[in-house]
Amino acid sequence: MSALLDRLQQKFGITDITERHAYLTTFKVEKSRAETLIRELRDLEGYTHLNFITCIDYIEDGIFSLVYMLQNFELNNMLGVHVEIDRENAEMTSIHTLWAQAWAYQRELREMYGVRFPGSPRLDENFCLEGWDDIPPMRRDFDTAAYSTEHFGHLDRTSEEPRQYMKVQFYPNRGGDEQ
Amino acid sequence: MKQYMGHSASLDFSQPEPVDLTSGRYVKLWQGPQHPGITGNMSLELTLDGDTIIECKTHVGYLHRGFEKLMEGRNYIQNFTVVCRIAVPEPAFNEYLYAAGLENLSGIVAPERAQWIRTLNLEMMRLASFLMWIGGQSGAFGLYTVPNWTVAYRDYVLDLFEEMTGARIYHMYMVPGGVRFDLPKGFDQRVLEVMDGAEKLLDQIERVMYNNVVFKARSKGLGVIPPDMIDPYGIVGPNARGSGIARDLRKDEPYLVYDQLDFDIITGTGADAYERAFLRLQETRQSIDLIRQVIDRMPRQGPLQADMPNVLHWKIPPGETYVKAECTRGEYGYFMVTDGTEKIRRVCVRGPSYSHALAVMEKLAVGTNIADIAGLMVSLHTYPPEIER
Repeated sequence: MSALLDRLQQKFGITDITERHAYLTTFKVEKSRAETLIRELRDLEGYTHLNFITCIDYIEDGIFSLVYMLQNFELNNMLGVHVEIDRENAEMTSIHTLWAQAWAYQRELREMYGVRFPGSPRLDENFCLEGWDDIPPMRRDFDTAAYSTEHFGHLDRTSEEPRQYMKVQFYPNRGGDEQ
Repeated sequence: MKQYMGHSASLDFSQPEPVDLTSGRYVKLWQGPQHPGITGNMSLELTLDGDTIIECKTHVGYLHRGFEKLMEGRNYIQNFTVVCRIAVPEPAFNEYLYAAGLENLSGIVAPERAQWIRTLNLEMMRLASFLMWIGGQSGAFGLYTVPNWTVAYRDYVLDLFEEMTGARIYHMYMVPGGVRFDLPKGFDQRVLEVMDGAEKLLDQIERVMYNNVVFKARSKGLGVIPPDMIDPYGIVGPNARGSGIARDLRKDEPYLVYDQLDFDIITGTGADAYERAFLRLQETRQSIDLIRQVIDRMPRQGPLQADMPNVLHWKIPPGETYVKAECTRGEYGYFMVTDGTEKIRRVCVRGPSYSHALAVMEKLAVGTNIADIAGLMVSLHTYPPEIER
């Protein structure tokens, strides 16, 4: 494992190498080198399985950290490749040509974080949300409570006495006095 | 140097060319989100030439509940009541993985007896889930006797869960640090009785369903997954094992007490819907065997909970982990990031349906008959709620 990490360090300049557990090591790589590194891990190093792609919002630093989790079944080992991208100009190279399921993760990240993956299939189609008109909801600055109050707030709602209310509904012309 | 997936350049991941719907030759048909042939709430946008599917587009989002966002706003122990709701047929795997992830990040180790009980709980969950799946697969091909048997018998397993945890579906039993309480008196015996009954039921199901000429005719040759499709499409679990790929996290990366149990990875060679169905039947039997082994070997004494901090004010040091377990559909995982506060920074739930129900389904549906699409979808054991967390 350390030989592989040394190679990656020399070739791709990976940083922040952290052995989280015996089976999981994470590191950071620059955005411009990430796609080539991931391709090389897949084709030459046996990391043939893409477990998932996800995103962590470090709003305080103004960055998104994209995480590509790759698995080597021969070594039963995983690498978590972190790629930091600018939060305000969130764009990353698509890897939909490397794994067939990658487009689905990228569509989700486009919708939930607003990360663009140019060329990724059906990227701008609705994934989980329909007619969403606010900032991407998984961003840390999206306020769920405020959104709920604004769209589904109960402040304007009133409650009625059920029997009287139904009488008025059924017999509006009689003022609801029907027995 | 050894080449692994360099060959994947030959695999075509490109999207199909749009067809001319105004030509009158093709029909666009939506299957789902409310349709008995759809697993969970999702829909398939099918383009048909006659009754042959020439294009399949998947659509999700009918069930999005925002669990991952919700969890970022609650403390660790509050989230414990949320995670089980991510997957209705298999809530136990979510409970276990969430607990295991927190233990992993905070350096807590669950006591040995708790680990045996967790294994028992997970295997009972596997049995309950497979029983429901067998019924679903049979029903998808129009054979409605077996679903009545399996769903009814699943209730006996749920009875056991109720006795063990106090709840039938959302157990909230495998808490961080161990399990909530001990097994009730006489529980072992009742588990063994239900296992005996389940075994007899599976024999009957094998005769009625797996030897049925209709089931065989419709499932053999349907949804063939060639072995070279496994890694490029992220296929795991029984769908991969049905194509001869011997991968099972319980064996490859043992967790809990699986390294102390005797079992082998079951594989098939047919790679089609029938092979996957037969493989799942064998794995159901294997699950019964594992439950018996756990009952036989588990320690009868010992603590059930590790020493825990005050969970209402629990702060976990900054860290990152990915824990995974073999659920009925394959690799189920929790990616968790902590930042030293009382709330989790990020949780990403990784379900196998993310690949099986989307990219794999879209690929395998093409060329299939419209009547077989339900059978194909069930044979992949897809579960949309784990896509839209």
